[in-house]
Amino acid sequence: MDAADLKNRFADMKPPRTRVGVLGWIRTNLFGGWLSSILTLLILFVLYKTAVPFLKWALIDGLWTATGAQCKESPGACWSIIVRNIRFIIFGFFPLDQHWRPLAAMLLLFGLLFVSQYRRFWNRRLAWAWGAGLVVMGVLLKGGILGLPAVETEKWSGLPLTLLLSVFGLTAAYPLGVLLALGRQSNMPFIRILSVLYIELIRGVPLISLLFMSSVMFPLFLPEGVVINKILRAQMAIILFTAAYIAEVVRGGLQAMPRGQYEAAEALGLNYYLTMRLVILPQALKIVIPPTVSILISAFKDTSLVVIIALYDVLKTTQARLADPEWMGFSSEAYIFLAVLYFLGCFSMSHFSRRLERDLTHEH
Amino acid sequence: MDQTGDTAPIIRIQGLHKWFGDFHVLQGIDLDVTKGERIVICGPSGSGKSTLIRCINRLEDHQKGSIVVDGIELTTDIKNIEAVRAEVGMVFQHFNLFPHLTILENLALGPIWVRKTPKKEAEEAAMYFLEKVHIAEQAYKYPGQLSGGQQQRVAIARSLCMKPKVMLFDEPTSALDPEMVKEVLEVMIQLAQEGITMLVVTHEMGFAKSVAHRVLFMDFGQVVEQNTPVDFFDHPRHERTKLFLSQILH
Ligand SMILES: Nc1ncnc2c1ncn2[C@@H]1O[C@H](COP(=O)(O)OP(=O)(O)O)[C@@H](O)[C@H]1O
Ligand SMILES: [Mg+2]
Repeated sequence: MDAADLKNRFADMKPPRTRVGVLGWIRTNLFGGWLSSILTLLILFVLYKTAVPFLKWALIDGLWTATGAQCKESPGACWSIIVRNIRFIIFGFFPLDQHWRPLAAMLLLFGLLFVSQYRRFWNRRLAWAWGAGLVVMGVLLKGGILGLPAVETEKWSGLPLTLLLSVFGLTAAYPLGVLLALGRQSNMPFIRILSVLYIELIRGVPLISLLFMSSVMFPLFLPEGVVINKILRAQMAIILFTAAYIAEVVRGGLQAMPRGQYEAAEALGLNYYLTMRLVILPQALKIVIPPTVSILISAFKDTSLVVIIALYDVLKTTQARLADPEWMGFSSEAYIFLAVLYFLGCFSMSHFSRRLERDLTHEH
Repeated sequence: MDQTGDTAPIIRIQGLHKWFGDFHVLQGIDLDVTKGERIVICGPSGSGKSTLIRCINRLEDHQKGSIVVDGIELTTDIKNIEAVRAEVGMVFQHFNLFPHLTILENLALGPIWVRKTPKKEAEEAAMYFLEKVHIAEQAYKYPGQLSGGQQQRVAIARSLCMKPKVMLFDEPTSALDPEMVKEVLEVMIQLAQEGITMLVVTHEMGFAKSVAHRVLFMDFGQVVEQNTPVDFFDHPRHERTKLFLSQILH
């Protein structure tokens, strides 16, 4: 047998087929044995008992535009608590005739976020677009120039506030967390001890207490007459809190880097800063994308804790409608709406992270 | 031995001692390397060969003695260290390519960021060196897509891109499958013919015989014996050397 014969000996063989069609799949996977069959039937029964009544309540009997009084007569879900109050829920106390401004700002933000999920658009132009976009969003919300009436920040509420707190909180916390992780590995004892202290102190207290401190205690330390905006203070608390968690995750990534990578970079003559920026961090940060995104997702949800310092984020504006006598008692609908809203945010983040991981994978 | 003349040595190591904690890993090394000289270092595992060449570009620090590379003394001064590292290329046993960068980017990184070469120029030079190690067609792949022998040739090209005055090799073929050793040795022999100064830790005695000016035998952190390859292999003087040679040549 020569080389060609040897190579082509089994050229016609195809991998064996294990599943045939939908029925075959159902048979092998759902009714593969008596235990599997019983479990399948049991789960179907539970689904029937729960999902069917829920769908009947939510969709078939659901009311979308009725008044509160009409809703109370009906057995179905009262989605009109959301539909009829949508402007207050989304925009809160922002002046009614100016709602287009936060709306435009949010659309701009979504547009930028959407484009940013594609690795191939990551270039200088996108960085400039973000810079310009942030200025435009700021002007839209704050006003006071270009003929836009000024809106005090006390009126910023609803979904724009939630997005403001989370988008800025997360984007500022991430680089701070990376710096802290590097600080914790530093050769300089002062920087290392400071980083460790910071991380351990912040991780040792709940976010709620940080928020309280930022709103109640922090102003006491300021010189008289200096007032720092309440939203900004909450924002700081969220950033400081999230950064400590990011730092620990990033530290894990740094520790996973083989010594050889540092040595190869140093042997080329790269200094510490370039070694980190060009060789170590790109790899270490990629390894820790999944746990990082978990932290970002929980930080996003935690922004709703600002209700305790009387900021009206979208959770609070929705709850506020429940206090209205007309809509009292429709809390299931309100919270389902919130759950869907938060789910969309969290799901987008995890979708983004999976795309990013795929784009950054080169091996094989 | 045409190269060993009266010019100042490019590397001068005097009375070098190093400890890992209490462990005295280098015990009084003296070594002068002239420009264009090719030195092969061999010796049993754990004898301090890697540590010695890693001291030359300060991947390890030393506690006693001095190392001067191209007129720059290695001290704790980070500027000196970076200057020496830029002049000294290093090839590792496990290649240590940067897996997140393409082959071309791996090569151009040092010139662009350390030498401040314009990107286009650095990439042209990178392609030149890739051709030299016979691997230009892989320029846009990532290290993980290459075989071990190919990766090691890329690693050699990456060092060459910095136009180093000295090349250090730490067992460059000992992590390779047998059929890939040859392609890497061929590239190294080609470099030797171009007259670059080389310090090579290896047990490839064929390579030592054909390119080395001097072979050093190390044991217990000391240079036990050094000689021209012919005399080293045919007339070893020390019992340790004889024992070692009998072990690796059979
Ligand atoms: N970073 C280190 N810390 C402690 N001991 C080390 C370290 N690196 C090497 N050694 C020890 O120093 C000795 C010499 O190591 P090395 O120079 O790598 O030997 P060789 O390359 O000749 O096999 C070995 O006994 C090794 O265990
Ligand atoms: Mg070694």
